[in-house]
Amino acid sequence: MSGNDPLVKVRGLTKSFGANQVLQGVDLDVPKGSVVSIIGASGSGKTTLLRCVNLLETYDGGSIEVDGVEVGYDLSDGRRRPRGERELAGIRADIGMVFQLFNLFPHLTATENVMLGLRKVRGMGKAEARAAAEQWLVRVGLADKLESLPIELSGGQQQRVGIARAVAMNPKVLLLDEITSALDPELVGEVLKVVRELARDGMTMMLVTHEMTFARDVSSRVVFMDGGRVAVEGSPKDVFGAPAQHERLRGFLARIELRDI
Amino acid sequence: MQYHLNYNFIWKYFDRLAWGLALSLELATIGILIGCIIGLALAVLSHGAGRPVRFVVGAYVEFIRNVPLLLLVYLVFYGIPSVGGFAYDATTSFTMTLAVYAGAYLVEVFRAGLDAIPKGLIDAGRAIGLTPAQRVLHVQLPTMFRIVLPSLGNAFISLFKDTSLATVLAVPELMYGANWIYTNTFRIVEVWTVVAPMYLVTGFILLGCLRLLERRFAIRRR
Repeated sequence: MSGNDPLVKVRGLTKSFGANQVLQGVDLDVPKGSVVSIIGASGSGKTTLLRCVNLLETYDGGSIEVDGVEVGYDLSDGRRRPRGERELAGIRADIGMVFQLFNLFPHLTATENVMLGLRKVRGMGKAEARAAAEQWLVRVGLADKLESLPIELSGGQQQRVGIARAVAMNPKVLLLDEITSALDPELVGEVLKVVRELARDGMTMMLVTHEMTFARDVSSRVVFMDGGRVAVEGSPKDVFGAPAQHERLRGFLARIELRDI
Repeated sequence: MQYHLNYNFIWKYFDRLAWGLALSLELATIGILIGCIIGLALAVLSHGAGRPVRFVVGAYVEFIRNVPLLLLVYLVFYGIPSVGGFAYDATTSFTMTLAVYAGAYLVEVFRAGLDAIPKGLIDAGRAIGLTPAQRVLHVQLPTMFRIVLPSLGNAFISLFKDTSLATVLAVPELMYGANWIYTNTFRIVEVWTVVAPMYLVTGFILLGCLRLLERRFAIRRR
């Protein structure tokens, strides 16, 4: 892989759920250290696209490469062979994901949630994993919640644990799937603040979001998806600046409130 | 004619009741443990399996659930030696029967538990790179255990009461001890007024322990 190849390279990606083709040939590059926001109306395929990147959804056609490795299929001997679960586990370990509904393991404390992958996937010893987990939880502002169970945390706190759990694995790219959609408005800011810091530290991120102000501020590129394709792609200024050229984008932006966070 | 209550005989032979109660608890405990292994194994097996496996598991569950336990107890104790040519002692035979009986109920409990695991948790396990086996061990089983705990506890209390059927095989559990005192002293009212509270109080204590466990392992507590 040459030095300026994108970290995530999506080409001609297609995916159907039954008769419904949700992805109709998506091309997308995510350079290392960049933040790419994916926006669009619900049903436009943005979450599906994100979930394909770490193969939580399989894809039908096209390809996704992360750091030069085809994610879903082994192409080594000239044939397209679906990867087994064990192989996928190894690939997924390097791709972090944060979920809309947090999906914290309910039986584990905040620290244990972060430790699980470090111990079982990264093979760290208990003390080392605990230290790393606590360090990340402190960074996301949860120094006083290390031993709390998910049920004892607010939505914003749970989501920050979710972020710590993902970034502690030291992923090559972080996928954020509408991570503030399930939060009360007053809790959105504390979560986005953490994401902003990660962006500043050079974490490569792909995020699906409805927070347009945030997307505008934090992104290097913004992608507007419509009908299973990338309809508009450009810098935040191109996409959110002056009246959009693309009619559907204009309609979409008119329906979305831009609010300050 | 007037009946004079006299509890002296009961206290004289109370050790039979005490030991009987201990054996009842032991039978129920072994029954639920083996039942859990059967139930969990079959639930996991049939969860991702095809139609033939599901049919066989379903047949087992329906057979056991629709036949009186007493009949199963007789069938295993008298039937297997006649057909198979080998015999177990009554306690072993009854324990096995109880385990197979519990297993049939617990298959359903565990299956519902597996279905109730939020799909997002499995996604989260996949996303951090856990292998399927690690996901089962560290995500699915602990989550399911908390979901099924109340049903598991109820099954245990049910089994504890069902151990009384072992009296028909002369297994010296609580009911057998009671029958023994009654047939040897004819103190029928005294026996049952002592034994009923023994079942009742034990059941209540078990229930209390269960509630504590549930609170300890609660997932949704607000």
